Amino acid sequence: MYLFLYLPLVVVVAYSFNQSRLGAEWTGFTLHWYQVLFADAEMMRAAWNSLVIGLVASVSATVFGTLAGLALHKFRLRLLPVLIVTPLAIPDILWGVSLLVFFVLLNLTLGMLSVILAHVAFCISYVAVVIRARLSGMDESLVEAARDLGATAWGSFRFVTLPLMAPGIIAGALLAFTMSIDDFVITFFTAGVGTTTLPLKIYTMIKVTVTPEINAVSTLLMVLTMLLVLAIARLSPQIPSGKP
Amino acid sequence: MALLEIRHVTKRFGGLAAVSDASLEIQPGEFFTLLGPSGCGKTTLLRMIAGFDVPDAGQILLDGVDLAATPPERRPFHTVFQSYALFPHMTVADNIAFPLRMAKVDERKLAARVAAALGEVRLQDMGTRYPNALSGGQKQRVALARALIDRPRLLLLDEPLAALDLKLREQMQSELISLQKDVGITFVYVTHDQGEALALSHRIAVMNEGRVSQIGTPDEVYEFPANRFVADFIGTCNLLDARVMALDGERVTLNVAGLGTVRAWSSRPCQQGDRGVLALRPEKIQLDRAPSSGGEASHFLGTIRGQMYLGDVTVYKVEIGNAVLVEALLPNSTARGARLFAPGDQIYLSWGYDAGRFIHDG
Repeated sequence: MYLFLYLPLVVVVAYSFNQSRLGAEWTGFTLHWYQVLFADAEMMRAAWNSLVIGLVASVSATVFGTLAGLALHKFRLRLLPVLIVTPLAIPDILWGVSLLVFFVLLNLTLGMLSVILAHVAFCISYVAVVIRARLSGMDESLVEAARDLGATAWGSFRFVTLPLMAPGIIAGALLAFTMSIDDFVITFFTAGVGTTTLPLKIYTMIKVTVTPEINAVSTLLMVLTMLLVLAIARLSPQIPSGKP
Repeated sequence: MALLEIRHVTKRFGGLAAVSDASLEIQPGEFFTLLGPSGCGKTTLLRMIAGFDVPDAGQILLDGVDLAATPPERRPFHTVFQSYALFPHMTVADNIAFPLRMAKVDERKLAARVAAALGEVRLQDMGTRYPNALSGGQKQRVALARALIDRPRLLLLDEPLAALDLKLREQMQSELISLQKDVGITFVYVTHDQGEALALSHRIAVMNEGRVSQIGTPDEVYEFPANRFVADFIGTCNLLDARVMALDGERVTLNVAGLGTVRAWSSRPCQQGDRGVLALRPEKIQLDRAPSSGGEASHFLGTIRGQMYLGDVTVYKVEIGNAVLVEALLPNSTARGARLFAPGDQIYLSWGYDAGRFIHDG
């Protein structure tokens, strides 16, 4: 089953180094397609857009998501958990269509801004869930101990809660960045005409013809995503959370 | 004047009263223990002293000044938590320095004080370690050093030894006693372990169902329990239904169900006809093959029904008459002590007139 899952990926990586233009048979190793890729101005612009959107969206979503995660942990609210978790279950296509209609209603011109807003919206939930998981693993008496030893409410947050939350915040930010840079469906609906991200660019190229250049860009995207996922996994259990 | 005074404090969670109308005074330099079964309100009371919980009614006063408006960080108290609550992202030295940093103590003076505190708890070489790399006993000592470094007026300890194994617990008990003597800081100690309370405390407040049942020195609460609960909770105690037939000051003559006339002391003033229990500690009962003579003592003939060997002592279950079953405890003063009596043996029980306590109901 895993073979079935990963074999196509391996094929894409392998053929990104293939000399043949048509891709069917192996004719020799080359880095030619990577050179083509980096010389492709449109592709580079799409990559730049993806990067900007990913960074702005993940940073904003991390701020809001962290606050939401703190609220989820601190107050035993009824509605907020539902509001936070539901977006994770809503299909992307629904997100895409509803955000598009919403932006049109607001008379917002579709472009970078609308894509960023859309990405922030769906990334908040991921960050909030990661933060809450991190906080629920924390010994409650640590905050009380800080107060008891002379820290104010702010001081106990600054010196105890925040440092213990930090790995969760970083993991949440990386997760949001991964979600943003890989997103196709929601971006497709909210990008408008002028703005192209990497996944959108790949899609339009594939409609014309499959060139090894697509294999090359897919390989790079895959490597980036894997590195991020690895970083998230490494961060999660690394620093002890203080449970006795 | 008392260092800390608790006046008619009540705390409810939902509809349930965790602490109801508790009053007590803690004197400077005292090792004071709140003792009771889980759910008796002792931890809630401690949390109210620390400032984590706010009383619904009543006052907590330090040097006669109400603490109601003082947040935890401004109370000159520190707590040693059951889970130790060491900050996992800080080294041992940073943990211990935390109260000083919060008080904005000069960083240059700080290092020397932290080093001294580490020495006090014999962890000189552990300053750069993280709490996760420490054993339970070491964590305990770091928690103590951290809580004592800026010399609080009161040290609050919430079952600090509960997580340690028996040998280490005994060792930490004597360390706590000498530490308290050395630093001269008032300790308020919460525990459900009556043995620990007796061993450590100057005075004990026994708590039950949110109320203070009795306050006294360890021997007072052991020898003169104020009520049935205290007699039963502290140590083991034979409790036999009884009624006052005659009295002469604190000495009472009782009619005990199944035994007849027994003489005892009364913990509180009582009247003829009062109902209650005769409380008799197992170690105060003597067992003999032949009837002993002693004018004032109570004598009964009984049958050994059960025997439990505990190493230092042997506990016998003895049936008197046909209904009354009492426990008696004999030290195993010789190697053959355990086989002194066997189930089925007829023996004589006796105890001095001052061994039994009459506790009247209500």
